[in-house]
Amino acid sequence: MSWETVIGLEVHVQVNTKSKQFCGCSTEFGAEPNTQTCPVCLGMPGQLPVLNIEAARKTVLTGLAINADINLISKFDRKNYFYPDLPKGYQITQFPLPIVEHGYLDIPVNDGEKRIGVTRIHMEEDAGKSMHEGLDGVSHIDLNRSGVPLMEIVSEPDMANADEAIAYLKQLHQLVCFLDVSGANMEKGQFRCDANVSVRRSGEPLGTRTEMKNMNSFRFIKQAIEYEVNRQIEIIENGGAVVQESRLWDSVKNESRSMRSKEEAHDYRYFPEPDLPPLRFTQDEVDAIRAGMPELPGQLRKRFETEFGLSPYDADVLTQTRESAAWYESLAAAHPADPKRCANWMINELLGRLNEAGKELAESPVSSQRLAGLLERVGDHTISGKAAKDVLDIMMESDDDADTIIETKGLKQVSDTGAIDAIIVDVMAANPGQVEGYRGGKDKLLGFFVGQVMKASRGKANPGMVNQRLKALLKG
Amino acid sequence: MPFSTLSKIKDRLDAGATTAVAVAKTYLDRIAAFNGDLNAFVDIDPAHVLEQAEASDAYRTKHGARALEGLPIAIKDIFCTQDGPTRCCSHILKDFHAPYDAHVITKLKEAGAVLVGKTNMDEFAMGSSTETSAFGPCHNPWDIERIPGGSSGGSASAVAAALVPAALGTDTGGSIRQPASVCGITGLKPTYGRVSRRGIIAFASSLDQAGPMTRTVKDAAMIAAAMSGHDSMDSTSVPDAPAVDWLGACDKTGMKGLRIGKPKEYFVDGMDTGVRAAIDAALAECEALGAEIVDISLPHTDAAVAAYYVIAPSEASANLSRYDAVRFGHRCDNPDDLLDMYTRSRDEGFGKEVKRRILTGTFALSSGYYDAYYIKAQQVRTLIRQDFINAFAQVDVIATPTSPITAFKLGEKTADPLTMYLSDIFTIALNLAGLPGLSQPCGFVDGLPVGLQWIAPAWREDVILGAASAYEAATDWVKAPINFGGEA
Repeated sequence: MSWETVIGLEVHVQVNTKSKQFCGCSTEFGAEPNTQTCPVCLGMPGQLPVLNIEAARKTVLTGLAINADINLISKFDRKNYFYPDLPKGYQITQFPLPIVEHGYLDIPVNDGEKRIGVTRIHMEEDAGKSMHEGLDGVSHIDLNRSGVPLMEIVSEPDMANADEAIAYLKQLHQLVCFLDVSGANMEKGQFRCDANVSVRRSGEPLGTRTEMKNMNSFRFIKQAIEYEVNRQIEIIENGGAVVQESRLWDSVKNESRSMRSKEEAHDYRYFPEPDLPPLRFTQDEVDAIRAGMPELPGQLRKRFETEFGLSPYDADVLTQTRESAAWYESLAAAHPADPKRCANWMINELLGRLNEAGKELAESPVSSQRLAGLLERVGDHTISGKAAKDVLDIMMESDDDADTIIETKGLKQVSDTGAIDAIIVDVMAANPGQVEGYRGGKDKLLGFFVGQVMKASRGKANPGMVNQRLKALLKG
Repeated sequence: MPFSTLSKIKDRLDAGATTAVAVAKTYLDRIAAFNGDLNAFVDIDPAHVLEQAEASDAYRTKHGARALEGLPIAIKDIFCTQDGPTRCCSHILKDFHAPYDAHVITKLKEAGAVLVGKTNMDEFAMGSSTETSAFGPCHNPWDIERIPGGSSGGSASAVAAALVPAALGTDTGGSIRQPASVCGITGLKPTYGRVSRRGIIAFASSLDQAGPMTRTVKDAAMIAAAMSGHDSMDSTSVPDAPAVDWLGACDKTGMKGLRIGKPKEYFVDGMDTGVRAAIDAALAECEALGAEIVDISLPHTDAAVAAYYVIAPSEASANLSRYDAVRFGHRCDNPDDLLDMYTRSRDEGFGKEVKRRILTGTFALSSGYYDAYYIKAQQVRTLIRQDFINAFAQVDVIATPTSPITAFKLGEKTADPLTMYLSDIFTIALNLAGLPGLSQPCGFVDGLPVGLQWIAPAWREDVILGAASAYEAATDWVKAPINFGGEA
């Protein structure tokens, strides 16, 4: 009997609004603890939440991007539990009636695509942060994050292995970045994942699941899921039963440990949030949000293939982020003669050099306009491709444009027939034996002459023209 | 002067016959003399009151009078104020000072009012007798052996004894109207959403609403006018609430042709016969003034108390979770660990009735019970709302007794919470429906005041004020002498 794995994911995505979900405090990351707080997000007596409508709009946009239903009326609920970094003793969330339901994401798998259902997306507020380490047994609480807007994106249990789970997460991560609804910085906790994992023998009903909590790295998530699948299979094969529980992944020891069992699970006592009226959108408002939807990665990829004639590989690389796609488009617009050359140079030369320098595209010292200026000169044969790479090296270190560098470094390619002919004549005169040999049928000697002419021109002669003129002059 | 109405004090101030400082001194003297008997105030800072009065006199001289210029108004201990403590009469907030004013406090300050101390109340507004206060029970000036009602008992007692001419209360299930009734004063609970709840310590968020407690209908209208209005920082404060001409509505002509509904469910066997006689006499008076009395039915009334005692504690159980000893409020000594800190701090900080409601609410929301209690209660709430909609298709306003009984003796019902809960039987339904209500004096039984309750459709406080001002003008109940603290 073979084993099947069933995985469902809950992803908490921080919505990138300027202010918090229910008050005016800043959501900026990294401020001094408790400096971005107010009576509302501190849970002071008598203080009331007011919804940040921008967070709701971004959640709607996300829902539209995964082809989901937008509930024109959704409701907020209170999820009750005590924890020191939860100031009100309840979290405002959406339980029975979330803002988004019934969507999907198509993820790439070996033999094509697989559709992963998205059950729902609901809005909620983040809690603060408790710090216990290195404080001599005292705990500190930072409430800067308290009330930061989140959307929780809940998938169907449609993934069959860790690779599919990661593919789904990467697809989702790319999507929220493209939509500009989240910074999605995993290290800053802006994109965190809970994984529900169970195993069963083929054809059997669903097994007991466990929940791996709060993972914020693709690598850890993959490790954690694989570890959990093996752990569960081992338990069952040894005649045991999987216990329904929440587990924590320890990325140092590469193992998971139990957090709390079903018996210890919270009864969250959800009930409607009386401080907030139902959230209402009109169809017109939803349509307006849809109209503002940016092009999504899949659409961009296809357009890059058809409009610019790029290979699927190049199109995929360039559409990994919204920034790189925009960068490419601006490059192609400035050098419209050859979109493929633009793609090659951006992928192989620019991104390579940036990678070596440890820089992001946004930090590139060479703008798309400057690179286009260089590609123009490659296109019109002013310089050779080899020389152009040298120019790009210089551009990475200076603010000069391509023409200035070509001029000052004397890299201009010689394409003048007279000048090239003069060099050829000299080379022929210096090598009468080889001329004789070529004329006697040794065609392979052409390469020797090309090399000699290029050497004599110090690499500046246009190789195509050298070829052409040599053939003409060697004929005699 | 102490037994003057707010309007008369305003007239005298506007006429230059007295000053805010003189008025403040009068009442401060009475508080000093009589608060020991009543325990109506749990915090009073005479110097700060006089400062405000001086500032008001200066403002009047310089800029002229605002709507409540120089008028002393006492504040229930549930309203957050930057000045002085805000404790909700609970040990758990015994050292709490709010860093902000409630929205209505800001509005009263902007209207020129002089805010006088904090009044006693049931802890977290949970009670009908002001006996659950952490600062000891409050007494009814009509008979200091008796309760002043609750939860705004301190405000009612203070106004009835003329320790202050007006006060603010809050009303979740009758907490303005029932104490007004048993203390012989007027109390108005506005339509839910009319007055901002921001900065008012929450008991049951979907029911709480602040309102004035005064000697007369017009006094209540004056304060309501200053309190109400949209607050963008309270999402349940209604932005486009129909406006009311608060003072214009008190023109005493409201009774002519008025169709007054008399719900049979509010005139039941077992209610105090004296109370019933007083209400019947009041309705006869209304008829004499030109109103038509229409027998109506609010068929789901008997389920209101049960639904309320599920919904209010459920909301309260969550609202009171923030008192967790982490950021503010009482913290127990030397907690062993987090759980010990939570349980011991809350056990020490909350009183018995508050704990009872937290437990009730927690139970009602628990998995497995939620549908049977909370959902069912919400369904009842919808039916009750519909009852009123149906009734208001027939009548303009509804009149009932505010309370089935007059003030009972201190300690009489503390052992039996269910009997205590039934004292709100006539006031709860309109909170569940979000409607405005007012209680005004309409007689006495054995020397204890009886209250007449008016209920109107949402946003129609004007109908209530019209009827109540006409009834008040035709009767002498608000002028009835009280045998407490000197001349009336």
